[in-house]
Amino acid sequence: MDAVAVHQPEAAHEAHPKESFIRHYIFSLDHKMIGKQYFLTTMFMALVGGAMAMLMRAHLGWPDNGVLNPEQYLQTVTMHGTIMIFFFLTVMLTGGLGNLLIPLMIGARDMAFPFLNMVSYWTFVPGVLTILASFFVPGGPAGNGWTSYAPLSGVPAAEGGAGLGQTLWIIAILFVVVSSLFGSLNFLTTILNMRTRGMSMGRLPLTIWGAFVTAVLALLTFPVLMAALGLLLLDRVAGTSFFEPSNLIIGGGAVAHQGGDPLLWQHLFWFFGHPEVYILILTPMGVVSDIISAFSRKPIFGYKAMVLSISAIGFLSFLVWGHHMFVSGMHPLLGAAFMGSTIIIAVPSAIKTFNWCTTLWHGRIHFTTALLFAIGFVSVFVTGGLSGIFLAIAPVDIYLHDTYFIIAHFHFVMASASLFAILAATYYWYPKFFGRMMNETLGKIHFALTFIGIYGTFYPMHFIGIHSNDRRLYENTAYPFLANTGPVDVFISLSAFLLGFAQLFFIFNFFWSLKHGPAAGPNPWRANGLEWTTTTPPPHGNWEGELPTVYRWPYDYSVPGAKDDYVPQTVQAVPVAASAGGGEA
Amino acid sequence: MPTQLVERQRPGSPLRGLGGRGRGPSGGGAAPGREPAPVGTGLLGVAAFLAAVTMLFLAFTSAYLVRRQETGWVEFAAPWVLWLNTAVLLSSSVTLDWARRRIRSGDVAGLRRGVEATATLGLLFVLGQVVAWRQLAAQGLFLTTNPHSSFFYVLTAVHGVHLLGGIAALALVLVGTWSGRYTAQNHAGITNCATYWHFMALLWVYLFVLLFWV
Repeated sequence: MDAVAVHQPEAAHEAHPKESFIRHYIFSLDHKMIGKQYFLTTMFMALVGGAMAMLMRAHLGWPDNGVLNPEQYLQTVTMHGTIMIFFFLTVMLTGGLGNLLIPLMIGARDMAFPFLNMVSYWTFVPGVLTILASFFVPGGPAGNGWTSYAPLSGVPAAEGGAGLGQTLWIIAILFVVVSSLFGSLNFLTTILNMRTRGMSMGRLPLTIWGAFVTAVLALLTFPVLMAALGLLLLDRVAGTSFFEPSNLIIGGGAVAHQGGDPLLWQHLFWFFGHPEVYILILTPMGVVSDIISAFSRKPIFGYKAMVLSISAIGFLSFLVWGHHMFVSGMHPLLGAAFMGSTIIIAVPSAIKTFNWCTTLWHGRIHFTTALLFAIGFVSVFVTGGLSGIFLAIAPVDIYLHDTYFIIAHFHFVMASASLFAILAATYYWYPKFFGRMMNETLGKIHFALTFIGIYGTFYPMHFIGIHSNDRRLYENTAYPFLANTGPVDVFISLSAFLLGFAQLFFIFNFFWSLKHGPAAGPNPWRANGLEWTTTTPPPHGNWEGELPTVYRWPYDYSVPGAKDDYVPQTVQAVPVAASAGGGEA
Repeated sequence: MPTQLVERQRPGSPLRGLGGRGRGPSGGGAAPGREPAPVGTGLLGVAAFLAAVTMLFLAFTSAYLVRRQETGWVEFAAPWVLWLNTAVLLSSSVTLDWARRRIRSGDVAGLRRGVEATATLGLLFVLGQVVAWRQLAAQGLFLTTNPHSSFFYVLTAVHGVHLLGGIAALALVLVGTWSGRYTAQNHAGITNCATYWHFMALLWVYLFVLLFWV
C-alpha cells in the first residue's frame, strides 16, 4: 500500500457512513463531485468571460456610445482572454471533464490521489476569487492583454490596469498553475496505473488518450509559466530587472529598472503558451472522436493513427512557440525553423480531421445535439485550421500579426472548437451523471443559434484583419483606411449578441432538466465506453461490486453478424445474430 | 486492436489479449482487498512531480543563461558557507538512503534514526542558506543589486521551498514510524521520499555549479 494513495478500504464502499454536508459536497474526495465542482465553477467563469466579450462588442459596434473608455477597453480585452483561457477552458477540460470521465472510462474507483484531487480544486478557488477581486481594486483589473507582455506588465506605473490589478492577475494565475499541476500529476498517474483488468493502453477511448497527452503537456509546460510569472512578480514588487530593460521612460519619468530583456518574457510565455493551446484542443479531439463514433454507429476510423496523431501533436507542440514571435526581430533562419515545425504540426491535425469525416461516411447517423456539436467542432476546427496554414508562413504572419485575422484564427480553432466539444460532452454525458436526459429541442435550438453566432461573429474578422484592422484597438475609426469597417463591426457585434443569447437555452436546459428531464437509464445512447456499464448516476466507488473486466476496444459498433449494433467493452464473446452471415459488409 | 468479428470468435476460447495493468481476478485498482497496485503509484506521482520541478528549473536556467550574455553582468564569488551547506545536504542524502536500506531489512528503529538525522540535516541546510543570504547582504548584495544576485536569491529560495516540502514529507514519515506503518515489505513511502530527496540534493549541486562554476 502506498504511503501517498489514500483510497478508502473496500468495506467502506459497501457500508459507507453518511457523510456530513461539508464532507460530501464541499471537501469531497470523490472525483465525480470534484468534477461537478469544477464544471459549475468554470461554467460560471465562462459567463463572466462572455460578459466581457459582450461589453467589448457593445463598444466596438457603437464606439461613440461611451460604453468603455480606452483603459477600460483594454482591461476588458485582457480579462476576457485571461478568464476564458485560464479559468474556463483549461480548467473545465482538465479539472471538469478529466475528473468526471477518467476513472469511469478506465474502470477505476477513483483517482490515484483523491486527497490531492480535492486540494487541486480548493487551490483553484482562491485563483478564481483573486481574479474576480482584481475587478474591484483601485486601478481596476489587469489591462496588458492575456499575454501580459513585458515591459508594460512589469511596471506598475505604466497605465490603467497595470497596478494592483496586474499583480493580482499574476497571483491568480499562479493559483491556477499550481492547481493544474497537481491535477495533471493525478490524471497521469491514474491513467497509467489504475486501469482495470484488460484495459490496455490500446483499448483506451480516445477521450482518455487526449486527456493523457494533455496531462503530460500541462505537467511539462505550466512550470515554465510559473517561472515566468514568478520573475515578473519580482520585477513588479521587488524591483528586480528580469524583463525590464534600461532607459525605459514611462509617462515622462524614467523607470528604475535596468538590463532586463522583454524578449525573454515572450520566449518563456510562449514556450508555455503554445503547448497550452494544444492542452485546450487534445481532450476535445478525443471527446469528438468518441461521440462521432457512437452516433455514426461505426468504429472510429484509424484508431492507431488517431493515437499517434495525438502523441505527435503533443510532441511537436514544444517546437513551434516561435510562430507567435515572428515579428519580434528574430533571425530569419530561426523564423524559418519555426515556420517549418508549424507547417508540420498541421499534418496530424489534418489526419484526425479526415478520420472524423471518414467515420461519419456511410454511418447510420443519429443527429443528437451532442453529435451536432461534435460535427460543429470539425467545422470550426477546419475553418480555424485553414487560417492557421496562412499564419504558419512567416512572411504572411508578419503582415497579419496582431490583426483581427489572428483573432478569427484562434477563436475558430481554439475557442469555438473547445467550446463545442465541451458542450457536446455535456449533452452526451449529462444523462450519466445526473440521471436525466437534457431536452433535445432546446439543445438543437442552442446548437443552431450558437453555430450561426460563431460564424457570424468571427468569420468577418478574417476580412477586416486582412484589411489591417489591428487587434486590441480601442478606436477603429482613428485610421482612415478603417473608416468603412463600421458596418462590419456592427454585424459582428449583433452576431456576438446572438451568440450570447443562445447560451441562455443551454443554461435553462441544464438546470431545468435536473428536475424535469426524462429519467435516463444506464446507457441511453447505446454506447460502448465503460462509463455506460455502471448505474446512472454512478455510485461512490463507480461500480457496485467488482470492477469490470475489459475484453475489447470501445469502438465495436455495427459489428457484422452481431445481434446488437454495439458491443460494450465488457463483453467477452459477441453473440451471433439469428441470421448470421446476412449482415452488411 | 482489430474489431472482434463475430466470425472469428470461437465459443469457449480462452481470454485473449489480457492487457492493462490488472493481474489476477480482482482487478488492478489500488484499493486494498484487491491485489496491491502495480509497484509505484506513489513513485509515479513523485516522478511526475519531479518532471514538473525539472521544467521549472530549466525555465530558470534558460532565463539565467540568456541574461548572462547581455550587458551589465557581474558575478560575485560563492560565500564559503555554501560549501558547508552542500556537504550537509549530501550527507542528508546518505542518511536517508541508509534509513531506506534499514527498513528494507525491517529495522524500524534504524529507519526512525535515519529519517530524524535527515530532517535535522535538511533543516541545517536551510539555515545555512539563510546564513549565506546574510553573508551576501553584509557584502551589499541584495535581490535587486545585480542580475547575478537576483538569480541567486530566486534559485536558492525556490529550491529551499521545495526542500522544506521534502522536510514536511519526512515529518509525516516520522509520524508513520510511531504507528508502525513501515515494514520490510511495505515501505513505498520511504522510497518515494528518498527519490524526492536525492533529486533535491542533486538539484542543489546543479544550481551551485550553474551559479558559480560555469
